[in-house]
Amino acid sequence: MTMDADDESLLEALLAGEHRALARIISKIENRSPGYRDLVSALYAHTGDADVIGITGSPGAGKSTLVDKLAEAYRDRGETVGIIAIDPSSPFSGGAVLGDRIRMASAVGDMDVFVRSMSARGTLGGLSTATADAVKAMDAFGKDKIIIETVGAGQNEIDIVRTADTVAVLVPPGSGDDIQTLKAGILEIADVFVVNKADRDGAARTVQELREMVHLGEESGLAGGSGGHHGADVMSGGDAAVDETDDEDEGWSPPIVETVATKGTGVETFIDELAAHRAYLVDSGTLAEKVRQRHAEEIRTLLREDVHSLLEDELADSGGIDGLAEAVRLGETDPYSIASDVLAPVEACIENLETETRADGSSRE
Amino acid sequence: MSSEQEAESIRCLVAKVGLDGHDRGAHVIARAFRDAGFEVIYSGLHKAPEEIVQAAVQEDVDVLGISILSGAHDTLLPKIMDGLEEYGAKEDTLVLAGGVIPEEDREGLKEDGVAAIFGPGTSIEETIEFVRENAPQR
Repeated sequence: MTMDADDESLLEALLAGEHRALARIISKIENRSPGYRDLVSALYAHTGDADVIGITGSPGAGKSTLVDKLAEAYRDRGETVGIIAIDPSSPFSGGAVLGDRIRMASAVGDMDVFVRSMSARGTLGGLSTATADAVKAMDAFGKDKIIIETVGAGQNEIDIVRTADTVAVLVPPGSGDDIQTLKAGILEIADVFVVNKADRDGAARTVQELREMVHLGEESGLAGGSGGHHGADVMSGGDAAVDETDDEDEGWSPPIVETVATKGTGVETFIDELAAHRAYLVDSGTLAEKVRQRHAEEIRTLLREDVHSLLEDELADSGGIDGLAEAVRLGETDPYSIASDVLAPVEACIENLETETRADGSSRE
Repeated sequence: MSSEQEAESIRCLVAKVGLDGHDRGAHVIARAFRDAGFEVIYSGLHKAPEEIVQAAVQEDVDVLGISILSGAHDTLLPKIMDGLEEYGAKEDTLVLAGGVIPEEDREGLKEDGVAAIFGPGTSIEETIEFVRENAPQR
């Protein structure tokens, strides 16, 4: 892959620690600007040193405030911090108001806390498609800790698992009864539970319910609740051989931390638990497995994007999606027939290629 | 690649600077920009010039809209412009000012690099139109 001169100097500036270059590269990633792929591809060689922490939870759970306190504590320890805070975008105008930054007052005046607000740009799942690449940029820049704050999540916004090494799920007091803890989804992905606003009524009960849920998960030996190996389960379902060796004694059982983010209470304990999980990942070999699966997912996503744009071209050649949709509306045809018609030339093309290579192979033998 | 999907969106920082607690105008602008399809980062109240510069640089905004009703524009706005220059961000950031800024002060602010000043009574449409036409092409 080759980069143009501008991107080349931008990359150099980022590696030299220029904040504006980092900011600009993240914009290029977000905008899918021409050449952004070459840039990210060049960033890869400089990544792998940062701890990536994901913070998720319902809207108003206190994610931004907790992230702010977390960043402050890491800075006190002399570590540099990158924060990516994602807020939803409007399904109507595509616009967004990104308000997480307001809560991040501790970061003010300290350029070594790099806060970047992102709009979800229409994607569901709690992250934007550009998030993983923006993490790479911050990693290459040399940030020690990268904190991703997701969109205020509902029950199923679990994309964060694919991007972060350690996921903390914030559960505010009074988030429903114990049946909620039986449900699949967001509670399954936690490596650490945080009961924030722990000074409110019902906090003890919420802690109790989470504790029971974690124990239940351990007793049954099934994935639900003991989120330690969710990486394998969620991402590919494929070979979990490495995971199976570490269940009983070495497995990770998500701790439950109580915090009051506005006052900073419990933040130190939270940091210790994050560090403990990190140590577990490294010692158990789960981290290598996670990273491998993350890269597999990245490859899949990129290929999907490429194929997707090929198909868009193919669609345009067949008269555009609007015309085809109108034909369905008029009862002339149906979506299934159109799909196979549009795909037919692509399939034929691939088949030709395959027979050619097979022919080449046999002629060489 | 035949068609890498570009998804560019105009990014704006709507900022309140200094000791000035009047944020209704900033909220109205933030909402209107959102509805126009822009990505809006709102700074919150009582920000120091260096905080606004930090946010503008890190967020890599195309547009910085500063709302100021305290009368301290001649002190605060030049500080912001100098800060942007320090990070090499002054040239390609469209800086707008809104609020109560007397006519006689406007020329000086424009010389400092403020692209436009929108006083009371400016229509939202006019502001959005201006941003659309003048947002820097990067």
